Amino acid sequence: MAAIYSLFIINKSGGLIFYKDYGSAGRMDTNDSLRVASLWHSMHAISQQLSPTLGCSGIELLEADTFDLHCFQSLTGTKFFVVCEPGTPHMESLLKVIYELYTDYVLKNPFYEMEMPIRCELFDSNLSQAIQKDRVALLGR
Amino acid sequence: MIGVGKIKQYTNVLEKPISKGKQEVSLSAFAFLFSELVQYNQTHVDNISELERRLEDAGYAVGARVLELLCHREKGNRRETRLLGILSFVHSTVWKVLFGKVADSLEKGTEHEDEYMISEKELLVNRFISIPKDMGTFNCGAFVAGIVRGVLDGAGFPAVVTAHFVPMEGQQRPRTTILIKFAEEVLQREARLG
Repeated sequence: MAAIYSLFIINKSGGLIFYKDYGSAGRMDTNDSLRVASLWHSMHAISQQLSPTLGCSGIELLEADTFDLHCFQSLTGTKFFVVCEPGTPHMESLLKVIYELYTDYVLKNPFYEMEMPIRCELFDSNLSQAIQKDRVALLGR
Repeated sequence: MIGVGKIKQYTNVLEKPISKGKQEVSLSAFAFLFSELVQYNQTHVDNISELERRLEDAGYAVGARVLELLCHREKGNRRETRLLGILSFVHSTVWKVLFGKVADSLEKGTEHEDEYMISEKELLVNRFISIPKDMGTFNCGAFVAGIVRGVLDGAGFPAVVTAHFVPMEGQQRPRTTILIKFAEEVLQREARLG
């Protein structure tokens, strides 16, 4: 009964630096996840050009019949996007929380190289806690 | 009302009182600065023990200055001459000023007479740091061990201070212990003082 299917974090050049799936519905193997990440990066960039008005910041929400995709882009071009059940609420705030965890436990880690895959156990454990809290809140409705 | 609102000007800079200072500093700013310190030292060494030594030396400089400052600010220029006195000074005053809280515990070592341990659930400097698996037992708390060594050395209690991770059952993150091993002369002096 997972409301969230998967979470992706991609760096400013479109490479996948973090991927986590929640439940079997969102699971995909490494190659597929890399492909999806670079696909999304390109789509996001193209959408900025498609906008009829200037100053578009890219796709924030993609709604399909079986899933929703919420995307958050930081000022530095790092993109956080989550694939979830259609109609899941509060995904934007969840993405902001994940961004804060990223700035805390990844960027302040001296052993993390910028733009490289994230391998920080503190980030993983705090992320699980944040998703769990979110899940509990969602299930309690 | 003449003179109201005028700040007293000191002709001699040595006469100006030392300010209390800002009690709080941004944790994020410190975390980034510390991360940069570790990264800088990493590029200049070949192995882990040298990195630990460099962090300790950086902490030593901090400890020496912190001792002087706190003796003046907090203790009215009195200095500690007894072992327990200096240990509780480190455990309470130094920790409170540097990390905002007293250390979790201060224990005497059971195996050796000259060993004492200050334990902390998680050192402030390690709050955002995840050590990669291939670095083994490396602990950025070596910086804090250096601070403690600087304080003790400056106060006349030479010691060897190291930081260790102590795994705790039932908890994911290991506890950190600062192990203080005093030099022989300190114990002899302590025994003489009775």
